[in-house]
Amino acid sequence: MASRYPPAWLLGTAGLSVAKILENMEIGHNVLHGQWDWMNDPNIHSSSWDWDTASTSVAWKHSHNYLHHTYTNVVGKDKDLGYQIMRVDPKQPWSPFFLAQPAINVLLMVIFEWGVAFHDLDFEEILKGRKDKKILKEELKGIAQKARRQIVKDYIVFPALSGRKGFKRTLQANLTANIVRNVWANAIIFCGHFPDQAYTFTEEEAATESRGAWYVRQLLGAVNIEGSDTFHLMSGNLSYQVEHHLYPDMPSSRYKQIAPKVKAVCEKYGLPYNTGPFAKQWLMVQRTIVRLALPGGKERPKAPPYVAPPAVEAVRPTAPAMGGPVPAFP
Amino acid sequence: MVERAAAPKIPMLRRRLLQAARAMTTPLLPDDYIGLLDPRWSTREATGSIVRVVPETDDAATVVIRPSHQWTAHKPGQYLRVGAEIDGRRHWRAYSITSDPDHPEQLVSITIKRVAEGLMSPWFVRHAKPGTLVFLGEVEGTFGLPDPLPAKILGISAGSGITPLMSMLRELDRRNGLDDVVHIHSVRTADRFIFGDMLRELAARRPGYTLHERLTGEHGRITPDELDDLVADWRERETFLSGPREMINALEAHYLENGSEDSVLHVERFQPVIGTGNASVGTGGTVFFRVQDVEAACEVGVSILVGGERAGALLPYGCRMGICHTCVGRLRAGQVRDLRTGELFTDEGQTIRTCINAPEGPIEIEL
Repeated sequence: MASRYPPAWLLGTAGLSVAKILENMEIGHNVLHGQWDWMNDPNIHSSSWDWDTASTSVAWKHSHNYLHHTYTNVVGKDKDLGYQIMRVDPKQPWSPFFLAQPAINVLLMVIFEWGVAFHDLDFEEILKGRKDKKILKEELKGIAQKARRQIVKDYIVFPALSGRKGFKRTLQANLTANIVRNVWANAIIFCGHFPDQAYTFTEEEAATESRGAWYVRQLLGAVNIEGSDTFHLMSGNLSYQVEHHLYPDMPSSRYKQIAPKVKAVCEKYGLPYNTGPFAKQWLMVQRTIVRLALPGGKERPKAPPYVAPPAVEAVRPTAPAMGGPVPAFP
Repeated sequence: MVERAAAPKIPMLRRRLLQAARAMTTPLLPDDYIGLLDPRWSTREATGSIVRVVPETDDAATVVIRPSHQWTAHKPGQYLRVGAEIDGRRHWRAYSITSDPDHPEQLVSITIKRVAEGLMSPWFVRHAKPGTLVFLGEVEGTFGLPDPLPAKILGISAGSGITPLMSMLRELDRRNGLDDVVHIHSVRTADRFIFGDMLRELAARRPGYTLHERLTGEHGRITPDELDDLVADWRERETFLSGPREMINALEAHYLENGSEDSVLHVERFQPVIGTGNASVGTGGTVFFRVQDVEAACEVGVSILVGGERAGALLPYGCRMGICHTCVGRLRAGQVRDLRTGELFTDEGQTIRTCINAPEGPIEIEL
């Protein structure tokens, strides 16, 4: 209602953006993975949760939880969004369509939630005529219903509550917040699997893999992002992409705690632990998207096996009041 | 599939308002926000508050609950599923209701005997405090007084099996129906007799109610042939049996062998076995388990759970008698038959319990 006053507009829009990001990434994504099913709360459960974004939870659980998390980075089988409409790996054959990739990329950042909603339909299967018509119809109906509710809420009901004079400003605020969320989610998600360090796999490689090899593929195909605790929270702990892919249904707040153990396993078996700072990772992804719009391209160098940094003998400050060294935090 | 409390009765106007407000809260419900202020205000699930916990014996207590919404009256003898959050997780158990349906303050009580290695019973008996939130499931069970009331009644109970009989006795007392009721209760020692004082007082006040206390610690368990000495006319009485399995099995066999044709026996089994093919109603059918991608055939009387297990599906279950709801799945297509009552259900999209329902023709289920 105060959306006509610029500082209030800015504050409200920023608040809504943060809320949507937290709702989608830290809550929605993780609840839908079943990370909180152990609570036995029927209203906070992967079977009943729905999130504040365009895609329906049912379709997303199939395309993401099942297809993406099972066939992670297997070119041709991983139906994660990047692979369906973009060329993000040199193994994918080039076609003139990909010349538009840099422009599509920018557009996708802005309308990301709708991209995710429609990608669940699986264009490839539709184009090949392999998709069951009845299922397609049901899924389209689901999207239409979800879209209607989302649009009515964000672009009609709340603007209307601001009165005739505030309608437009509130509508703009909601649109901005949705776009901020879209751009942020797109950035975090693309940094999870498309930076240079991530390995990709062929269908033949994945077809014969053992259970152990499946975990190695998850480890090699995912990339973490370094950052502060606030950054991890705002990314829904997807910045612990490696840990998330190893244990998709572990509560996200635990990923930070298990990271040292995962690193230790990497070191023991000479495996890389893919990670990097956010800006660097994001720029790498953008470079790949622009480069692979053109034919050709070669594999980028991968990270070497993980080696723990040499342990520095920590000199703990002495707190006189406690009469001894400050206990280390676990 | 996760267990959910019953849907509370909500006045029409309030429901309409909440429905309208969904436009603002989608994909969440207005109740998600209201529930943050106080879960008891939410209309999504039936809840209640513990009013008091009354110790009955050293290891049993009556938990008195005030329902947050209008209470669907139970019939004496029925049980209630109750959920509570313990260490951040919600757990469910079924307990017999011990209060009279017509309670003056609209309160409901369940009486719980502590099982030392259990989780919820120790929590209720030792830790639950007044004001604690509980979730209320459906009232269930077919054990109870028929209408019209029988002229002569015999109640046989043992241990915590007293609980369903207690609410029946309370109702009979209120309706002045205690004209000719004989009650035999077995318990190890006198101080473990749940409701002992209340029932002794009832026997003193109501000449039509005769109570036989059998202390099994001193005199051993009651045997069927002692029945003739205790209640000479047991064949003419409508009998209500509630207790451990061995007692019920022994008495049931005795009734079959020595009872007359008009002997009516009502049994509350706390661990019955159903769904393995002993029913004779229905057609049986095939079940397709969507998640497990398994197809199973069930002959007549075989539950979805048993049929699925025989076909190799890994399915969740708890009590296998329809009480605990661990095994619920969503019926996606087809119709099922309740093996306890023989009733048919075709509510596609509703949750059903796989342990007490059998397919009637081909069905699809998701769990």
